[in-house]
Amino acid sequence: MAAERLLDQRGNSPRPRYTLVAILSGCAATAIVAGLIVVGSRRLSHFDAALVGYTFATLFATFGIVYRYTMWLHRPPTAMYWKRGWQVFLRPQALPRNVVLWFKRLVSVFLANSFIWKRSVLRGAAHWLIMWGCLIASGITFPLVFGWIHFEFANDGFDDYTASVFGFPLFSFGIDSFLGYLIFHGLVWASFLVIAGVMLAMRRRMRSRDALVLQRFGEDFLPLILLFAVSVTGLMLVVSYEWLNGYAYEFLSITHAVTVIGTLLWLPFGKFFHLFQRPAQLGVLFYKDAGARGEQARCARCEEPFASSMHIEDLIEVERQLGYRYEMNGSFTDHYQRICPRCRRVSLAIAQGRLWTAPAAHRNPTDVTHG
Amino acid sequence: MPVPHDYLFFIDPNRCIGCESCVQACSECDTHKGHSMIHLEFMNRRESPQSVPVVCMHCDSPTCAEVCPADAIKRTEDGVVQTARKPRCIACNNCVLACPFGVPKMNTREELMMKCDMCYDRTSEGKRPMCATVCPSQALFFGTQAEIDRLRPRSRAINDFQFGQQKIHTKVRMMVPHDAAIAHIDVVDAMCADMGEDDPMLSAAVCSLPIVSKT
Repeated sequence: MAAERLLDQRGNSPRPRYTLVAILSGCAATAIVAGLIVVGSRRLSHFDAALVGYTFATLFATFGIVYRYTMWLHRPPTAMYWKRGWQVFLRPQALPRNVVLWFKRLVSVFLANSFIWKRSVLRGAAHWLIMWGCLIASGITFPLVFGWIHFEFANDGFDDYTASVFGFPLFSFGIDSFLGYLIFHGLVWASFLVIAGVMLAMRRRMRSRDALVLQRFGEDFLPLILLFAVSVTGLMLVVSYEWLNGYAYEFLSITHAVTVIGTLLWLPFGKFFHLFQRPAQLGVLFYKDAGARGEQARCARCEEPFASSMHIEDLIEVERQLGYRYEMNGSFTDHYQRICPRCRRVSLAIAQGRLWTAPAAHRNPTDVTHG
Repeated sequence: MPVPHDYLFFIDPNRCIGCESCVQACSECDTHKGHSMIHLEFMNRRESPQSVPVVCMHCDSPTCAEVCPADAIKRTEDGVVQTARKPRCIACNNCVLACPFGVPKMNTREELMMKCDMCYDRTSEGKRPMCATVCPSQALFFGTQAEIDRLRPRSRAINDFQFGQQKIHTKVRMMVPHDAAIAHIDVVDAMCADMGEDDPMLSAAVCSLPIVSKT
């Protein structure tokens, strides 16, 4: 592929350098998370040693995610969008409007998944349920595992809990209060959301013909199976201690730990990585805004506007970095990128048609009919 | 299951009669149901009946996939360039603008790029793509090399295209005169000659008058 032929100005493959940067970035991020765990748990005084497996899986996931993200950012098109996205967002004259838009888009695009609902209600519902289930579960699990949140009895009694964040008391609530019930069953509610979403997604994967032909086990089924396993084993723990007097609790807790750790270890590799790629969509929206307000590129052939000039120039640079050579030296324009998509389609037909009407020198004189 | 390697896709725009059967049939394909991925261009309806069906050429080194910042476009081992993977596509429009054949479509409402995937649900089972199935003039033909050789003895298929300095090799083939002394179709060359008006009839058809698109 052209990208693999990409060389730096000295003619050396840049990949080892990128890899080193990615490894260092991953190590730095892992060290930061580890440091935050030590600080947030008050030198591990609130850290639950029983959860150390989760912690190490999270640290591994942190390294893997940052490593892959850094490698991803080094791809020429990604690097270009990353750079331009921040440039257009931080332009002083547009910054206030962009900040307001950012919040609006955060709600509509990410929290509400507006664009997925438009693809289909079933798909939207599945994604929305899974996403919110995972967000709630992550919001509860990670701070608890890291010792960032812990609960202590309040008022020298056993009726109230005080929740502390990073060692600082935040609020108190009655153990038997409705708020306490909601908090202590937070993972249960999250499991219900995830299981419902997984069922909808599985239904689509088993019935929809487009999914049937394109899906792959590792990419499409494994994430759903992992999420389902985490949710079900988590719920079984609750069932065990609520209604079965702790029957098989140890077995269930180990099973649950295996599923959670497996999911954490899988985060950097498979479909889950889109959680970290997807926010780039916001940068694209700001890039499009800036492009729409700026100068428009006109097709060198039909002279109709078809994209922003910024986009065309950036694409020419990206293609050059990727090793493509669409330059049109000595022609009516300097680069094929300046031809609009419609003229490209028509021009291909013209090129083919001209061959059939070519001068006799290029053709067998007896071959005058189209076979 | 991969697309059978002896089954090939052949395009001959000269045979297109503009009936739009391919456009309608395409939207019945299960991988993009309700959305037609075919561009049917009418060169100049006032002056000429010439129309052009455009499907994905499935490049060996697809520019659309290479310029995708989200790595959303994948090429299968059997050489079919798939439509954007939904969880990854960030609707940046890079692929739409970069494709040398002008194939990908941006579904703005759904913030998703969509393109012809050669009806992968059908071709991977040995069936013909929807468009080739319904095309009455066989401008879009899906079959073996032996079949096309037998049906069109005065034509031969070519799958190398030149765009400026860039050569693109494709899975889909285009029919050219059997005795045409060319190794590839030079799109830019033809475009330049066309704009140079060395062929008044074609020039008038595609340069002087506006192009009307049905897509």
